[in-house]
Amino acid sequence: MKIDEVPQDNGMIADHGHEICYAVDENGRYRLVPSLGWEAKNIVNDQAWEVISSEAEKMYTLAKKGKVSPLAYYQVKHQMDLTLLAKYVSLPRWRVRRHMKPAVFHKLPTRILQKYCSVFGISMDELLNLPESFSHQQVKNRLT
Amino acid sequence: MIEFHHRQSAHCESGVTSNLLYFYGVDCSEALAFGIGDGLFFGYLPFIRVNKLPLTTFRCSVGTIFNKVSKRLGVTVRRKKFRSPAKAMDELDKKLDQGIPVGCQTGAYWLPYFPPAFRFHFNMHNLVVLGREGSDYIISDPVFDDLVRCHRSDLIKARFAKGALAPKGAMYYLEHVPDSPDIQQAVATGITSVSKIMLKTPVPFLGVRGINFLANRLAGWPKKLGAENAALHLGQLIRMQEEIGTGGGGFRFIYAAFLQEAAAVLEKQELARLSNQMTLTGDKWRGFATLGARVCKGRAKDEDVYDRLADMLRECAQQETAIYRELGEIAAL
Repeated sequence: MKIDEVPQDNGMIADHGHEICYAVDENGRYRLVPSLGWEAKNIVNDQAWEVISSEAEKMYTLAKKGKVSPLAYYQVKHQMDLTLLAKYVSLPRWRVRRHMKPAVFHKLPTRILQKYCSVFGISMDELLNLPESFSHQQVKNRLT
Repeated sequence: MIEFHHRQSAHCESGVTSNLLYFYGVDCSEALAFGIGDGLFFGYLPFIRVNKLPLTTFRCSVGTIFNKVSKRLGVTVRRKKFRSPAKAMDELDKKLDQGIPVGCQTGAYWLPYFPPAFRFHFNMHNLVVLGREGSDYIISDPVFDDLVRCHRSDLIKARFAKGALAPKGAMYYLEHVPDSPDIQQAVATGITSVSKIMLKTPVPFLGVRGINFLANRLAGWPKKLGAENAALHLGQLIRMQEEIGTGGGGFRFIYAAFLQEAAAVLEKQELARLSNQMTLTGDKWRGFATLGARVCKGRAKDEDVYDRLADMLRECAQQETAIYRELGEIAAL
């Protein structure tokens, strides 16, 4: 890759600076060249986020209908599977799996709910009630 | 705060290694660290799944670069893991008070300064902590332009991220650095070692054989998985190859930069020629990513496109085989 071939396609790292590419200058010497991103990478990154956010949308709809607890939505939103979430709250997997049931979830003591709040970085109110509407942007820009 | 020269780099581990060495007076560029530390690799591991998709790696396992560089340059490293976050932070503060920059292994998901689009549960991110101002830590994260700040509670979360390869608060710092380390020897060892790993690892899914193995698998994806799932597999492969931290072309460019430096260090012009060839291979990998991304976007739909992609991989494998053969011979001299 030559220096003038280093892509500058803004996308994923907007406002967060640059990443470094290695490219050769006109004398064939390698240089570290800042890049704003690359279209090919933007495409595959968007593809990965598409999967995550459509999964989250599915859970959101289910939770709204009361088929699963809000926990199931937050789990998917934070790209966690059951094993990972169980590790974060230091509970056995089977208990976390039970908490996905709305009937069980809404009877949980504050002590347990607090654990989930701190993992997801949300308030108790947010944990118990889903956001009013769902947009894919919500998932992509989480924690900002 | 510690006077620390922050140099932005392509990859976190080689960047941390290079910056820490520079702090102790050894001017070892990122590319040099990457090469001495056997950074280059290839592995296609379909039995390990990331987000339900096969794992492909273009680099050695995490920790190898730092470990090998310190071993080959005779640097003494002190590393610690913790059970208790409080103890892990106390120990960090103690070292910072002594004026020692401390490397930390962290989970990328919890670092607030990461662009949201890059926040995945990846637990092997390396950074150097330089100081503390109130409840903020000042961090030299090598893949960022400038120093960054991170709140103590976020840093705790990141140091104690859970899941695969959990860091468990791991931290490390250099205890002793020799005045004039034998860079020549280290470079030669690194080259021999990479040539051996890429050519002679006796399993079909690692090294250049792994690239051919992947090519054969990839050609069969659309039939076996269906168009949609095949595109997801392809997308994941390209992300592994070009995701932030490779310098482009799945680390092939950064390795070419290493070979260029090695030519000067060892005074062997053949290495400069091989560096050029490695650059061409990197370009080929980039071409693969360009076409692959078009497929993912649904812009290239012709039936034989996966065969074409597979052929591109086979060409990469062929070119790389020739390079590693020559590297093995040159470094042995």
